[in-house]
Amino acid sequence: MMGINQEIRTANPDNGKAILEIDHLGINFGNQKVLEIDHLSVKEGESLAVIGPNGAGKSTLLLALARLVPYTQGQVIFRNQLVEKLDELSYRRRIGLVLQEALLLDASVFENVAAGLRFRGLNRLEINRQTGEWLARLGISHLQNRSARQLSGGEAQRVSLARAFVLQPEILLLDEPFSSLDTPTRLQLLADLQQLLKATSITTIFVTHDLDEALYLGNRVAVILAGRLRQVGPPNVVFNAPTDLEVATFVGVETVIAGQVISSQEGQVLVQAGNLRLEAVGDMAIGREVLFCLRPEDVTLWPEDSSPQSSARNRLKGRIQRVAPQGGLVRVAVDCGFLVTALITRASYQEMALAEGQSVIAAFKATAVHLIPR
Amino acid sequence: MNFIWEGIQRAVYLLFSGDREVWEITVLSIKVSGAATAVSLLLGLPAGTWLALGQFPGRRFLLSLVNTGMALPPVVVGLWVSIFLWRSGPLGDLHWIYTPTAIIIAQTIIAAPVVTGLTVAALQQLDPRLRLQLLGLGASRLQMIVMLWREARLPLLAALMAGFGSVISEVGASMMVGGNIRHQTRVLTTAIVLETGKGEFAPAIALSVLLLLLAYLVNLAMTWIQQSGVRK
Repeated sequence: MMGINQEIRTANPDNGKAILEIDHLGINFGNQKVLEIDHLSVKEGESLAVIGPNGAGKSTLLLALARLVPYTQGQVIFRNQLVEKLDELSYRRRIGLVLQEALLLDASVFENVAAGLRFRGLNRLEINRQTGEWLARLGISHLQNRSARQLSGGEAQRVSLARAFVLQPEILLLDEPFSSLDTPTRLQLLADLQQLLKATSITTIFVTHDLDEALYLGNRVAVILAGRLRQVGPPNVVFNAPTDLEVATFVGVETVIAGQVISSQEGQVLVQAGNLRLEAVGDMAIGREVLFCLRPEDVTLWPEDSSPQSSARNRLKGRIQRVAPQGGLVRVAVDCGFLVTALITRASYQEMALAEGQSVIAAFKATAVHLIPR
Repeated sequence: MNFIWEGIQRAVYLLFSGDREVWEITVLSIKVSGAATAVSLLLGLPAGTWLALGQFPGRRFLLSLVNTGMALPPVVVGLWVSIFLWRSGPLGDLHWIYTPTAIIIAQTIIAAPVVTGLTVAALQQLDPRLRLQLLGLGASRLQMIVMLWREARLPLLAALMAGFGSVISEVGASMMVGGNIRHQTRVLTTAIVLETGKGEFAPAIALSVLLLLLAYLVNLAMTWIQQSGVRK
């Protein structure tokens, strides 16, 4: 026991409220390392969104936390106990797992929701009460006698959520549960899930490749790229201040310009990028090589001959190189000596009568810029 | 050619008059093949589950053995069971040769690979992630396996039927290890062989109708199961 306690102390130096701690976790498939996480702690009651592109290792992480994929090195600590020292079945019964596909049993909706309770050997009265409650909370009471084979995708995923929530897990693991649903169904389920998470305060780890879902559900966001945990933090920090170029690219920073700090005082930084001088907010030493990062939604476009009615400190003249409509928005790439991408509404695009080849002014605030040291 | 018509007439009489020997043979056939199928299920369901879900070296080799076993010629099984049960053979002291037990053993060796192989196929057609989902819901390994059997219940029933079908109609092994002894080890197939050999076509036709009826009932049940498994 001494050994275990010591290990826990080293892995858990500062966080008393962590329900789960991952320390130097490594997972190999054959000889190939698919996941490596130096440290990640999950706090009691929080909702952690794990984001990353497909194949980054997010689902593997979730399955490893559910003890369904063995890890090759490192340790996972659950409520101050090493997970591998806990009885596997009783540990699994303290967590809930929802996968991308609902994978319902060939039985009634009621039986599906009750399945986990039956595994735990609850009596019939208790099973009926709890199952009934969660069928109602997920709005599927009217489907309880229907065969699970006759449900729509959205209904099936509601059943899948109900059968995880009914177990009142200490940690709920969700692996892209909505990715195969159509948008209206997805949005409705996301809203309902957010309500349930708020009402139950179940600690949740939510895997997704959809940034909007992560923003919507996550108290914190962890970015996994190519099997490595690259950044963890509140959504606004991860999305606005990514730690490096790859995270920046994944979280939607589209304009990245290499430059050098030529002046820095009182939180105002001046960066020389090619022939241009750009302003940013931050604290960087003079002479420092930096990457100047900008999200497309922070860039506004103005006609060339106008004087922008904006407090934006950075105004660059350029020529529209490419226009790509995207739903109600239009993505416009402007060549200002380097490419600056702006995301504007279709209405303002039409109002300004923009077209490829046309000269415009791209403007953005110094506060919208995020500097990454090189 | 008259003997054909007479044969059919006498066969109908034998069937509907409740001839004691015909029914004795039929009941023994059902008992022996039913017992062999039951034992095959007890062996084949766990073995097939292990082969379908397990990951271990030599699994593919074992699977190829099972697949070969699905096409074991009954006479080869009859030969080897005879050798083992022969009075001077390794298991001769048991005095099982020419008993219904011997037929059950031989038929089990024929049906078990069929049940095993079809169990593997039934379980492998399930989504492999279903296992993860069941474990994720807190199922023990045993609970997970029972749920997988439940999910694959229709193809598993079909496996059982196929096992029964493979032994109710075989003749070689039953003849060799049972000896076709009247009132003791005479089953439908061996009796048909005997009566035909004697030129007694009437009982042969009567017995063949019963055998066909049994085979038809098994196939009817299988078809019904398969069709009710078709998702609407």
